Amino acid sequence: MAKPKVPGMFKGLGVTFATLLATAKNGADTVQYPHEKETPPIRARGVIALHEDNCTSCMLCARSCPDWCIYIEGHKELAPPRRAGGAPRKVNKLDRFDIDYALCMYCGICVEVCPFDALFWSPEYEYSEPRIADLLHDKAKLGEWMQTVPEAPELEAGAEKKGKK
Amino acid sequence: MNAVLFASDLPYWLQSIFRVLGGLVAVLLPAGTVVYLFLFKMLSFMQSRLGPMEAGPYGSMQLFAEVGKWLQKEDIVPANAQPEARIFKMAPLIVLASTFLLVVVVPFGPDALFTDFETGIFYALAVSSISVLGILIAGWASANKYSLLGGLRAAGQLVAYELPMVLAVIGVVIQAGTMNLQQIVVAQNTGSMFGWDGIGNPYVLTQFVAFIIFMISVQAELSQTPFDMPIAESELVSGYMTEYSGFRFLIFFIGEFATAGVFAMIASILFLGGWGVPFAWFGWTTIDSVDNWMNFAGPLILFAKMMALVFFIMWIRFSSPRLREDQLQRFAWKVLIPISLVNIMLTAVLKVAF
Repeated sequence: MAKPKVPGMFKGLGVTFATLLATAKNGADTVQYPHEKETPPIRARGVIALHEDNCTSCMLCARSCPDWCIYIEGHKELAPPRRAGGAPRKVNKLDRFDIDYALCMYCGICVEVCPFDALFWSPEYEYSEPRIADLLHDKAKLGEWMQTVPEAPELEAGAEKKGKK
Repeated sequence: MNAVLFASDLPYWLQSIFRVLGGLVAVLLPAGTVVYLFLFKMLSFMQSRLGPMEAGPYGSMQLFAEVGKWLQKEDIVPANAQPEARIFKMAPLIVLASTFLLVVVVPFGPDALFTDFETGIFYALAVSSISVLGILIAGWASANKYSLLGGLRAAGQLVAYELPMVLAVIGVVIQAGTMNLQQIVVAQNTGSMFGWDGIGNPYVLTQFVAFIIFMISVQAELSQTPFDMPIAESELVSGYMTEYSGFRFLIFFIGEFATAGVFAMIASILFLGGWGVPFAWFGWTTIDSVDNWMNFAGPLILFAKMMALVFFIMWIRFSSPRLREDQLQRFAWKVLIPISLVNIMLTAVLKVAF
């Protein structure tokens, strides 16, 4: 039996009314944000965290950033040699590592490009500020975000195991 | 209302104050309820969200917060509108004035009415077109091409849909034999269908075509979707309201929803029996034999009927896309007007036949 053709307008009325009833019965699809919070997916791009020990201030992230929102300053230091009697090693010491989240567009290129696994995505998203200047997160604050970085998911069988954070 | 409570021994100025207060309540209360219940809550639920929940229980005080916000904002007059700033500022008041003038003829109970016009519905339809002037003035005085386009579209649309509205009402007027809104209410509630007077004779049954045409025209008069070409926020910013801010925008906003309420009241008076219940239920025969408590129950009954009609207006508004300008005009002139003319003819023939 062919269904009688319902004009689109009445179909639309039906859709809105069905949604109205469903919302009244089952509650809304949205959450009342400050009171209840949704858990973002584990790989959500909330904020970028810095694992300072891995950073060699190679500047790759700062140069690849489309917004130029990463500021890096550093100097060279002499570290004790690895073996007794060896020459002292030269290491890059990080003085400043700032990300300006007022500019950042969350493209994640810096995280991708980092050859030493110093940058990580964290799903944390509640860091808005009344003053725009406070969105410039410095080295210490970026380091604190490391606490919120979730464990990397298990690699697929046969995939190359990379260094952990 | 006042005539019953205080008789007519009050001094004229006191009566006037009561009438003004009554008018304010009759315009603002429906507008506020409509905005909260339908614009805030029903629209949200239809989009599977809760709407305002923070201001007061279930966000019921949200409208006061919004009004407070609008009142604080600067009353901006655009630079190009400066030469006619006085007219620019006047336009929203004209739109709101037509709403207040409309409510004057609405009867709320056997004695609860502001004025008892013999030609009430004629007056109401005439006065409702005053808002076109305000909208045209707003569109022109804004010195903004979007506003002008919106104003002209609104004028074209309102004039086009005024006609089917008037023609739809004529059917009711023929059947009731009067233009007095109070007598139209009485005629419906004292009427009987083939000798059975259980529900009176609401004209929505006999004048169903006119009712549909009237509601469609009301939808267009209020420029609610699918007839919101004058506002058309995706192409004209906000039409004739574009350049208004602060309390002048608030007045446009109140005017829109208050007019929706008042038009729904008039529709429920014309087609649904207005403030009355079928008189046969309580053994009343004429308007004079109606018990006094109807002066209190009447406004509530009218309010309930109004809300039911506004529900349909808003439901269609929230569900429909926008009609194109030419489709909109064609619909008025080629569909609604011929149908309403046929309706008038049939009504007249049947009136004579019975």
